[in-house]
Amino acid sequence: MPIPKEKLIDMFRTMVRIRRFEEAVFTKFAEGELPGWVHMYIGEEAIAAGVCAVLRADDYITSTHRGHGHIIAKGGGTDRMMAELYGKKTGYCKGKGGSMHIADVNLGILGANGIVGAGITIATGAALSAKLRGTDQVALCFFGDGAANTTRFHEGINFASIRKLPAIYLCENNQYGEYFHVSKSMNIANIADRGVSYGIPGIVVDGNDVIAIYEKVNEAVARARKGEGPTLIECKTCRQHGHFEGDAEIYRTKEEVEECKKRDPIPRFKKQLIEMKILTEKETDEIDKAAIKEIDDAVKFAKRSPDPDPMETLEDLYV
Amino acid sequence: MKKVTFLNAITEALDEELKRDPSVFLIGEDLFGGGGYGQALGLIEKYGPDRVIDTPISETAILGSSVGAAATGLRPVPEIMYDDFAGVCGDEIINQLAKLRYMTGGQIKLPVTVRMATGAGSCSAAQHSASMQGLFMSIPGLKIVTPATAYDAKGLLKSAIRDDNPILFLEHQFLLLSDEISEIPEEEYTIPLGKADIKKEGSDVTVVTIALMVHRALAAAEKLQEKGISIEVIDLRTLVPLDKQAVLDSVRKTGRLVVMTEEPKTGNSAAEISAIVAEEAFDSLDAPIKRVCAPDTPVPFSPVLEKFFMPDEEDLIKAVTEIM
Repeated sequence: MPIPKEKLIDMFRTMVRIRRFEEAVFTKFAEGELPGWVHMYIGEEAIAAGVCAVLRADDYITSTHRGHGHIIAKGGGTDRMMAELYGKKTGYCKGKGGSMHIADVNLGILGANGIVGAGITIATGAALSAKLRGTDQVALCFFGDGAANTTRFHEGINFASIRKLPAIYLCENNQYGEYFHVSKSMNIANIADRGVSYGIPGIVVDGNDVIAIYEKVNEAVARARKGEGPTLIECKTCRQHGHFEGDAEIYRTKEEVEECKKRDPIPRFKKQLIEMKILTEKETDEIDKAAIKEIDDAVKFAKRSPDPDPMETLEDLYV
Repeated sequence: MKKVTFLNAITEALDEELKRDPSVFLIGEDLFGGGGYGQALGLIEKYGPDRVIDTPISETAILGSSVGAAATGLRPVPEIMYDDFAGVCGDEIINQLAKLRYMTGGQIKLPVTVRMATGAGSCSAAQHSASMQGLFMSIPGLKIVTPATAYDAKGLLKSAIRDDNPILFLEHQFLLLSDEISEIPEEEYTIPLGKADIKKEGSDVTVVTIALMVHRALAAAEKLQEKGISIEVIDLRTLVPLDKQAVLDSVRKTGRLVVMTEEPKTGNSAAEISAIVAEEAFDSLDAPIKRVCAPDTPVPFSPVLEKFFMPDEEDLIKAVTEIM
């Protein structure tokens, strides 16, 4: 079944918005305006956009330290996200969490998490919850190639497999777990091949092809909603920036980074949409302009927002 | 009134809360057989495998799933067989349960009660006998409950399950194995968290204690009475939130404090309580604060060694006598 035109346009818009958000973030970070650390999603936008185009508003996701793209794609507000990065009171977490811990429970975003792999078992729990409550919600876990070698990958997916939970385990293999190349961190070629260990489908997909991602995730979500259990999907991609902003990237060559940039999912999808006559060049420019303005407004919102009161340090510990 | 063991009291609390609230579910290893010590016996037959969920040996999945289920509207009661195993699912306790609500600015609610056996006395050796209260107390964002009697265990467990915060509920293994019968009300009751209980009133020395050591302190109290020394035994019942006021009021009355716990001495709950009293009731003290604790070693196996390790009545009598 072909993907509806509106959805294709939405996915493109999401990818552009994520890109413009991340560009603003790394620019402001370089200017010294953002405290702490940020981890850029640049180059991986097809995954967040393709995945979240399939999910419903009441489905759950868990996200990672590289989570801005997931949160935007799931419906998060770029103003409250930016304010959180600035540590302001108007941020999603009132400045309590920062980039790696943004959540919007109303949108089913059960938090970005700073512990690699933690979201895998949490997503398993959300899927368990949906099944126990008798709904057809699904829980999708975004995790990286690094997390695929942690204990929670094994325990979380195994548990979901034995109880046939409505979960999708979505690996964003951007080739590096921090500084460590994936070829050194595993003895096998594909993380998806580990599906065999749990008796679940393991699918490899081009992580820079938003349409392919949409199609595979759609199948996995349909499986889950029908009670057929979890799926492991591995999106092969690359990240254009370092592990974090400020990373000297001594572990890869400039040529490798250039190769990654050639695989940029956004110009690729733009070209596709124009060829399919879904959008004109002018319309894509308008989408981009709107995104630039949206993010510009988000930065302005963040900068003029107040800091939290220092005494707020003591709040939000217990219910 | 009805007669129950400490173990029965735990089972009754779980049974009543499962019945009362359909969002409550148990999850853990061997629950089909009742769990680590049989606390959940009979419950899977009564409530089915979707309310009493048996798992593989997967502590990170047990607690991680509990986090996800709690964040999405349910009320999990996971069992981690021994508090020693907090080492296995340490991230879930330290970085998820304790921190997610705070880091998300209060968006996420985690009504999770993690039940764990604690303490020694059955020659289960070092990895199945720890008392981890001090470590747990030092992690902001959790509540810590550690009952000493059947009455307290039932009332506190019911309150813990109804509480919307992540709670570590520590069940002393010696008490779980004990045949000792005590009486509890027929009718339903709960006990609020954060309230200590004066198990025995006294005038000469305040003895603050928890779990199995409450019983040692009460036995010591009788012997001390024969020597003309009257100790007041305070069972904290909850370590976080701590009933600081009960401790300070008692010390202001007696002027002497001994804190007794089965934990190794360094950095334990007794250290924290001692520091609080030294800070806030220094002028009331007529003698140095004493701590009666286990040595700074893992729990040894051989009965002779385990007996030496565990504080007992004689240790308390010695400490009390020294400060009179």
